Amino acid sequence: MKSKSSAKVPQKRVALVGNPNAGKTTLFNSLTGSRQKIANYPGVTVEQVSAFIEFEGVWAEFVDVPGLYSLDAVSEDEAVAVSVIHDKSFDLIVCVIDGSNLERNLFIYTQICALKKPIMVALTMVDRVEDKGEKLDVEKLEKLLKCKIVPIVGHKEKGIAALKKAIFQELAHPTISEPVIDRSDAVLPLKDRLNRMGFDLSVEELKAKIKEGEPAFEHYFDQFPELHPDYILAKEGLERHLDPSARYAWTSKVQKEVISQVKKPKRAVSTTDKLDLLLTHRVFGLAIFVAVMYFVFLSIYTFSTPAMDLIERGFALLGDASGKLLEGSPILKSLVVDGIIGGIGSVLVFLPQILVLFFFIALLEGTGYLARAAFLMDRLLGWCGLNGRAFIPLLSSFACAIPGIMAARVMPDQKSRLATILVAPLMSCSARLPVYMLLIGAFIEPQFGPFWAGFTLFAMHFLGFALAIPVVYFINKKILKGKRLPFLLELPPYQLPKWKDIFIAMYTRGKVFVMTAGTTILFMSILIWAAGYFPRYQPPTGMRQELAAEKQLEQSVLGRFGKGIEPVFRPLGFDWRISTAILSAFPAREVVVPSMGILFSLSKDDDKLDEKLTEKLHDAKWPDGKPLLTPWTAVGLMVFFALCAQCMSTLATVKRETNSRKWPWVMFIYMTVFAYLGALIVRGISFLFGAG
Amino acid sequence: MTTVNFGDLKKGMTARIAQTPEPKDEVLRLHEMGLIPGTEFRVIKIAPLGDPIEIDLRGYRLCLRKQEMTGFEVEVIG
Repeated sequence: MKSKSSAKVPQKRVALVGNPNAGKTTLFNSLTGSRQKIANYPGVTVEQVSAFIEFEGVWAEFVDVPGLYSLDAVSEDEAVAVSVIHDKSFDLIVCVIDGSNLERNLFIYTQICALKKPIMVALTMVDRVEDKGEKLDVEKLEKLLKCKIVPIVGHKEKGIAALKKAIFQELAHPTISEPVIDRSDAVLPLKDRLNRMGFDLSVEELKAKIKEGEPAFEHYFDQFPELHPDYILAKEGLERHLDPSARYAWTSKVQKEVISQVKKPKRAVSTTDKLDLLLTHRVFGLAIFVAVMYFVFLSIYTFSTPAMDLIERGFALLGDASGKLLEGSPILKSLVVDGIIGGIGSVLVFLPQILVLFFFIALLEGTGYLARAAFLMDRLLGWCGLNGRAFIPLLSSFACAIPGIMAARVMPDQKSRLATILVAPLMSCSARLPVYMLLIGAFIEPQFGPFWAGFTLFAMHFLGFALAIPVVYFINKKILKGKRLPFLLELPPYQLPKWKDIFIAMYTRGKVFVMTAGTTILFMSILIWAAGYFPRYQPPTGMRQELAAEKQLEQSVLGRFGKGIEPVFRPLGFDWRISTAILSAFPAREVVVPSMGILFSLSKDDDKLDEKLTEKLHDAKWPDGKPLLTPWTAVGLMVFFALCAQCMSTLATVKRETNSRKWPWVMFIYMTVFAYLGALIVRGISFLFGAG
Repeated sequence: MTTVNFGDLKKGMTARIAQTPEPKDEVLRLHEMGLIPGTEFRVIKIAPLGDPIEIDLRGYRLCLRKQEMTGFEVEVIG
């Protein structure tokens, strides 16, 4: 691929532009396949998807521009798409227009064509026009739009091949767009008045003069001052931007001219409407929605578990094998086995979840159900500043925040998307589960019974969710200021899934994640490894291995840091061992359990780690002999863990998805503050109950 | 003819937009979607929780939140 991008011949560039839901991405996928390159537009969260395409020896770069309804009144992220349209480096704009929704789809065309750019039209959804019993006169439309039009019928490869050919033909001999809305009418009053005064000027001559400005009319005004208001009207009419009603007057005229009803529609009530009666029904619709979401959520767990086990086992084997090879050099061995292989393994383990989730998202989106889910849930999530589309990202975050954050991509509005990303990790993910299980098993269940154990587990999951609501509200009101465009949702007709689109979505998202894992996350896991490994502790001969490991961690940079910040954590009732375990869990939350194992002098490879750790946790004491952990401190620790942002993969994903260093920091700080305050409040309550 | 607020429409009603707020920011976007005075539309469905509302206008369908349609007055014509 490299040879193409660095080719010496100047690269031609093609932009695919159109309304959301016009079939642009499907078209782009059909044209490019999986050879897509994803990058961020500089400084914003919007992604640029592009691909190189060859036709008869000529290469061109195709860019999928984010969906756009209009060139005016744009939010910050839409501005990116508009800037692509204005970008002079593009050699052709392909307007993707939904033939079954001409009146609205042509709206943006009336704006783009006025820019006098090389242009052509790809007409999609032509089969839907036929289903409605209508006929679309492409030749007539071509005349009205004054550019080349290629109709794409369904997913037939034929239509795509014709489009590709036409695009490269247009690249060689471009058609420059012309404004379709004639504004000459605006000069007619001025022309009439001038004619009556005896000046015979044509419309074209007048337009040229108006362009020159007022001085060109000076000598007329001197004689006939009453001309001035007409001049102002004409000038405004020509230059002012047209209001939507003028544009719609034109598009609806075009719609009437090119579309004719030739026979009865295939069905009186469309299949989509029939399905919607059920799927958006106030009882059955909601019930089916819950069932679908439950199935998706369950699948993230169950379908990905075997793959996750396989990855874990694979990396363990790889670790063992390379450990044996590097037996001679303990530092190198530990770096490779614990730092690099362990680090990458603990991150790649999320890949199956991401793939499973994106399989479902692409499936639900492609069939049209995702829009219904948003329709059903909008009221529930809308009032605090999110919208119905936030449901899936938030739900998936209960499995793992990483796919959840990536799934926030289903939200076209960048503000809502960012708000969703920022609260996603508050949802209690499955990696927190081992911590809850350990502490509940050790301190809640034995003393208070299974009811309170279950209640505690539920409360931990509910806590983050309950806090997310005020957080979103605050973020929307105070942090993400600026104009918010109305939430516009279209419920597209139901369709059978397109496996190619699903595959491409899984492939590109998986690739993006692996790239993040291979760079930021790898770097951070090596850093944490080094902090736990250096400086080395020399155990006296004959010391138990477990004790040596504990001493090593105690006097490592990480352990020292844990001890150093013990005073900070002491108000919460945590000693340096717990602080260090929390710090060491940064690469992966669940690491906190084996880390505590080491710190409480157990072997981390012990099969009965949980059982033994329970015992050790009960016996652990402060230097003054008071027990370290009580049920209250256990709850405090769980609350801390439920709310803190101790997960570098999440933060790295946020950095990748928001294209900024600022947001991961904002997330880390606010969540850590929440975690600290939460644990502090638990401690305070415990004193009220006479504990401590 | 008397006008009602957009949010008061019921499923199945046909209506015509009589008046809209000044086309600034959010409202301009709604105008650009074709919601301008004189536009006729039909209420297709209302979400189970009461919002948003799906309408059919200009040969396409769009879901709108009641709150974001504040100030849009419509005449019920069927």
